[in-house]
Amino acid sequence: MPDAHASVLQHHFETLQQQKESSSLGMWVFIAQEVLFFGGLFATYTVYRAMYHDAFAAASHHLNVTLGAANTAVLICSSLTMAMAVHAAALGRRKQIVAWLLSTVLLGAIFLGVKVVEYREKWELHLIPGPSFSAHALHLEGDAASHAQIYYSLYFAMTGLHALHMIIGIPIILGLAVFAWKGRYGPEWSTPVEMTGLYWHFVDIVWIFLFPFLYLIH
Amino acid sequence: MWSGFPLFPEQASSLASSVDGLYLFLVGVTAVFSLGIAGTILYFAVRYRRRHPDERPGEIHGSLLLELIWSIIPLCIVAVVFVWGATLFFSMNRAPDDAIEVHVVGKQWMWKLQHTTGQREINQLHVPVGRPVRLTLTSEDVIHSFFVPAFRIKKDAVPGRYNMTWFRATKTGTYHLFCAEYCGTEHSRMIGQIVVMEPDDYQTWLQGGPAPVSPVAAGQKLFTELNCVTCHRSDSQGRGPVLDGVAGSSVRLQSGDVVAADDAYLRESIVSPSAKIVEGYQPIMPTYQGQVSEEALFQLIAYIQTLKGPQATPAQPGGGQP
Amino acid sequence: MTTATPATVLPGEPQLPKKHFLNADYGVWSWLLTRDHKRIALLYLASVTLMFFLGGAYAVLIRLELITPPGDLVSSETYNKLFTLHGVVMVFFFLIPAIPAVLGNFLIPLMIGARDLAFPRINLLSWYLYVIGAAFTFWTIVRGGLDTGWTFYTPYSTVFSNTNVISAALGIFIAGFSSILTGLNFIVTIHKMRAPGLTWFRLPLFVWAHYATSLIQILGTPVVAVTILLVALERVFHFGFFDPNRGGDPILFQHLFWFYSHPAVYIMILPAMGVISELVTCFSRKRIFGYSFIAMSSLAIAVLGFLVWGHHMFVSGQSVYAGMVFSALSFLVAIPSAIKVFNWTATLFRGSVSYETPMLYALGFIGLFTIGGLTGLFLAALGLDIHVTDTYFVVAHFHYIMVGSTVMAYLGGLHFWWPKITGRLYPEWWARVSAVVIFVGFNLTFFPQFVLGYLGMPRRYHFYPEEFQVLNVMSSAGASILGVGYLIPMVYLAWSMRYGKIATPNPWPATGLEWRTSSPPPTENFRETPEIDVEVYDYTVPPKEPFLA
Repeated sequence: MPDAHASVLQHHFETLQQQKESSSLGMWVFIAQEVLFFGGLFATYTVYRAMYHDAFAAASHHLNVTLGAANTAVLICSSLTMAMAVHAAALGRRKQIVAWLLSTVLLGAIFLGVKVVEYREKWELHLIPGPSFSAHALHLEGDAASHAQIYYSLYFAMTGLHALHMIIGIPIILGLAVFAWKGRYGPEWSTPVEMTGLYWHFVDIVWIFLFPFLYLIH
Repeated sequence: MWSGFPLFPEQASSLASSVDGLYLFLVGVTAVFSLGIAGTILYFAVRYRRRHPDERPGEIHGSLLLELIWSIIPLCIVAVVFVWGATLFFSMNRAPDDAIEVHVVGKQWMWKLQHTTGQREINQLHVPVGRPVRLTLTSEDVIHSFFVPAFRIKKDAVPGRYNMTWFRATKTGTYHLFCAEYCGTEHSRMIGQIVVMEPDDYQTWLQGGPAPVSPVAAGQKLFTELNCVTCHRSDSQGRGPVLDGVAGSSVRLQSGDVVAADDAYLRESIVSPSAKIVEGYQPIMPTYQGQVSEEALFQLIAYIQTLKGPQATPAQPGGGQP
Repeated sequence: MTTATPATVLPGEPQLPKKHFLNADYGVWSWLLTRDHKRIALLYLASVTLMFFLGGAYAVLIRLELITPPGDLVSSETYNKLFTLHGVVMVFFFLIPAIPAVLGNFLIPLMIGARDLAFPRINLLSWYLYVIGAAFTFWTIVRGGLDTGWTFYTPYSTVFSNTNVISAALGIFIAGFSSILTGLNFIVTIHKMRAPGLTWFRLPLFVWAHYATSLIQILGTPVVAVTILLVALERVFHFGFFDPNRGGDPILFQHLFWFYSHPAVYIMILPAMGVISELVTCFSRKRIFGYSFIAMSSLAIAVLGFLVWGHHMFVSGQSVYAGMVFSALSFLVAIPSAIKVFNWTATLFRGSVSYETPMLYALGFIGLFTIGGLTGLFLAALGLDIHVTDTYFVVAHFHYIMVGSTVMAYLGGLHFWWPKITGRLYPEWWARVSAVVIFVGFNLTFFPQFVLGYLGMPRRYHFYPEEFQVLNVMSSAGASILGVGYLIPMVYLAWSMRYGKIATPNPWPATGLEWRTSSPPPTENFRETPEIDVEVYDYTVPPKEPFLA
């Protein structure tokens, strides 16, 4: 294997160890920032759910819990495959890294596909907020319909933002797969895979909060 | 000396001198500390100026004692200021029970004021000196803010909610009313006057002008026109809760919570009825959002407040006494 | 004295180093694709200076209009756009980035003995995001401007305004990520890239200040980003988040907005305080008094700063009890700032004080910040805030902090490190004159506004009752002096880049690793990584020799 140090160690770092630790801290700080980013939406959601509990419950009951639960399982599995990829990268098992990374991408794509199905269903029922919104499908009218529209606005904002994070993550993982195929990762250097793993786990955890918040209102 | 160059607005309310007192105290604190720091700096800068290019003063790291002193003393000062300010604030939020009620609706770009005696004013408010006046504020569009510098009061008029402020004018005269929350193009034009009159002059003013329409009477008319009476009957046969005696009482909701039926609750029940369903009733009331103006809402609430339970008393025409 | 004389005498005339970061490479692309934190700092310097003068132009127009009571210079529509854009440009495109992205970017690696920040490419990305955000702002201006106030209160901004809310919101959203990435870079750099022997309590206070600032940047900015996104969504799709006619709550917007925008003011002041610590210690030639207290107070301000946002909402109708909590915490956050002021003052005691331009700015800062900070107490006091909030009293208060303090600290720092950045000395006499002109002009502009506010003049008024005219004229007169004061350094600093006297590596002299490399530094900052075995701010010994190539 060519001298991994020369190409991998960036010139402004003293040692590879320093570079790894910096990447890791950087990703954690980024994740902290993301928590606050989603946090603003979660806070907004919490306030309105307390104010309009009945309308939110009616809207929530209309979501497909089976699909949502299935998607949750899919995403958790993708975190598992991602973790396996990180493990394989640390051991330098080229083919395994690629396999696990591609599995992660596949599962991520399935998740997004299910979301497309769900969004499409909303579209057909006129539940997309905006000028065409109608709460008829929920048997709600008047102000309760407005409250349901707030629910759906938040639903699309939160799941949309989450999906956007996945849409950004998937090409990154594909890029990692390409580099892994070329033998870039091994015991000395697998930091990009680890960092992407952290990011992907975070995206998973956001969904683990989104699912009960949005789908499982009592 | 300062007569041509005022530093304070007039003190025209019971509150004004207390607010000015706190202000002056803080001006004093600011002056003492800023002049103190500035003076100390100037003194040190001159006394310890560099006299030789290579001089090297001794090292002083710090002093825990000094740090404690100049943390604790300011802490004590701000604690005093906090308590003083909070106490003032508390009393600002507690209107006396015998206050004259005025309903205020802010709208781009004017103030609409309604007395319970029926007089309506635009950008002007006539009040008697020495009587507390309680303002309930809301907005028809964007956030505005009702500001009377001479009284030292200010409160936002927020669409979708009721805010309250009160004052007791202590000096007759005419005082500025400003909108203090930026609200669009003509924000600077949304100004008016508070006219404080001697009690006799105020009585004269009440009697003068076009025949006032009592908000209670207007509210009763609306109650019928909007068919509220169809569901909200005085017997328990209606599909909606009995409203006699509801104003000011406690209401049990379907969720189990108990809420106070204040003005905000009554308003919400009309424009957003699905938000709080009374225990034992169905969520079938349609919303009146967009069908009733904020003034109409005030009138309906004024009428509902006159409904005494369990026996409904007919509303008094002409409204109550000032 | 026409130029500063270096206190350290080196053999022969000072010469610029043969190779340094400015001549290391030529061509536009060597700047636009650079990864060198020093070049990125200069890219930022150019952009924030441009934005400062744009924001300043708006200020000039505002003060011109306010000379006379009627609105006779521009229409009300235009005036509302003037103060809005003045706020947006100054807050998001000058005050937030200036000290961190210009001085912080340049100095932090040097101060800790590193070759660059932890993530140089992210640093460059952060500048591009700033530029793109600024481009959206220019687009907003070209398309007719924005009139919501920099605070975007709903439902005016989401439903009623007829101006370019969406492009402005996008510009701020993108610029917000510039700020977040800068903060992220600083945190990782300070944690992981300190030279051997450089423990936390040997760090310059400038570094501590930027660390605390970075915490706020990464935790606060995302909240305003998502809030402004909701505003844009509401405008485009008519969602009901903040529109009461659709079940929304305008006060929720205020909570979300101020949750960031209050800590944002600490993003603006903490780096400035870091600069002042450096200046006061160097020009007293003495270790700063109470080092660990100043360091810890920066962290305390960052933490407490997140807990006080409701003091912007005392008249909004928020509950009395919430008001009391926010008021109490707001008083508490004043204490660490007071501690700094006392410690800076005590540093002068038994020091060896000189009055070069940076020190003039620093001393001016301490006085003006004391006034600005104390007037914050007026606003924290509930019963009093009711009267002064939304008036010119608030305008005066925040300009004392943002202009009287932050801008002065920025200029002081720029002058202090100018020899390091450019290898040249600025002309000392002109610089001192400007500092004094700025100080006088500033006070004349903004002190009358305290009185105006207490008298009852509301803010954001295009025209006003006659009785407020005298104070407005004073304020506008001051503004003209202040404007001149800002223009003079533009001229002589630019002049000095070519014709200024060449500086030694350590002209003041000052302690700190940045002064132990050449002026300007080489691209890699140090010939070899320094090792630290001395305490910070040790002026008891002569200045150490620079490590030069």
